[in-house]
Amino acid sequence: MSTHNITVTVNGQAHSAEVESRLLLVHFIRDTLRLTGTHIGCDTTHCGACTVLLDDRPVKSCTVFAVQADGHAVRTVEGLEQGGSLHPVQAGFKEEHGLQCGYCTPGMMMTATALLEHNTNPTEAEIRQAISGNLCRCTGYVNIVKAIQHAAGAIRAASAATPAHSVAAVGETTATA
Amino acid sequence: MIPSQFDYVAPSTLDDAVTLLREHGGEAKVLSGGQSLIPMLKLRLASPTVLVDINRIPGLDYVEERDGALHIGALAREAELERSNVVRSRYPLLADTAGVIADPIVRNSATICGNVAHGDPGNDHPAAMIALDAKFVIRGANGTRTVAARDFFVGLFTTVLEPDEIVTEIVIPAPPARSGGAYMKLERKVGDFATAAVAAQVTLDANGSCQRAGIGLTNVGSTPIRAVAAEEFLVHKPLDAATIAQAASMAAAAAEPVADRRGSEDYKRDLVRVLATRALQKAARRARGETSTAEG
Repeated sequence: MSTHNITVTVNGQAHSAEVESRLLLVHFIRDTLRLTGTHIGCDTTHCGACTVLLDDRPVKSCTVFAVQADGHAVRTVEGLEQGGSLHPVQAGFKEEHGLQCGYCTPGMMMTATALLEHNTNPTEAEIRQAISGNLCRCTGYVNIVKAIQHAAGAIRAASAATPAHSVAAVGETTATA
Repeated sequence: MIPSQFDYVAPSTLDDAVTLLREHGGEAKVLSGGQSLIPMLKLRLASPTVLVDINRIPGLDYVEERDGALHIGALAREAELERSNVVRSRYPLLADTAGVIADPIVRNSATICGNVAHGDPGNDHPAAMIALDAKFVIRGANGTRTVAARDFFVGLFTTVLEPDEIVTEIVIPAPPARSGGAYMKLERKVGDFATAAVAAQVTLDANGSCQRAGIGLTNVGSTPIRAVAAEEFLVHKPLDAATIAQAASMAAAAAEPVADRRGSEDYKRDLVRVLATRALQKAARRARGETSTAEG
């Protein structure tokens, strides 16, 4: 059966590997690249623990084949921290206690990151809608919503402090995906 | 869960895709959004030996209104319907439907054409396409043909598609003035299939009576069901409460539900009546311009 030489840019770095057709993206990320921050939860496209950004759009990486990502860009939870500084979404989850067991957290944060890249001032309803494909069995979502609101505030404040850096512009690409 | 082994090919043109499908006969499956197919492969409910990935074929991701119709390309994602201004303003039934399919992450990948081609009576677009009198453009090794949504669904996971055919486009006639539609779905939780759902599309005449009605039912039979008797009953009648109640009962009579964990036959049939009532009421309000189409 067929194998394929693929190159996937993960968190800004190109990775090449020979993969079986049936290898799922989540297994490529965790087992081939050893980036185990992305979790496997239900493995049935329901829970969202495995959510990563594929060309800036959240996808459930248990429901994409690695070969489909050939030539595309993937972001995982490991890509959020930059230069030793937490991403505002990570800081928000820390400040607002947006997790208990932490299992859903990587997927939840990637969905939140994508949301805030095209809407830096979401309503509570928009946040709850955005994360409705990410299941959390601990928190009741209240602190997760607060965490994302905290992150949104931090991103808006940073954007106001440095007008040349437009956070909103990053999300423009998602509209054409 | 790991799928069985298969070969993977990603053609760059539709012609190449249908040629590959013909070469492999019934052993090949089309991979578009993959949000139904990949779970089935993982559960080994399907074991095709070849996947023909159409995602690398350019120019198929459009949702656009032209020549008096809405055209939806094979690779248009569900999320595109939610974002599209023309869909939200002129095809509220479609916007309603897209917003209750699976969850927002799945909708980033899932395609509208895949949703209908899959032939799952639990999918939401088939009933909406029947209510909207959509047509499906189908490309195969022997050329292109067009099939009406109401003639497309044959049985459980079975459509008129031949193994070498791909749904390349959905064409929905642009609704005339004084038209409105709505989709009403009961699901146990976000992402679940409908316990039952009803799609309604109506056009009113200048006096406010019903000129045309389309009604489709989701997940209450082995195919999506067109409630023909209810549609015909509504024509030339004012869409008042008594008329809608009568049509909703006729729609419920057209349902063929089976009991499962989501409910008994009687429960689902009555649910169709309630959802048909609400969908027709909302469609009529929208046709009269009484509600914002963005209203939930």
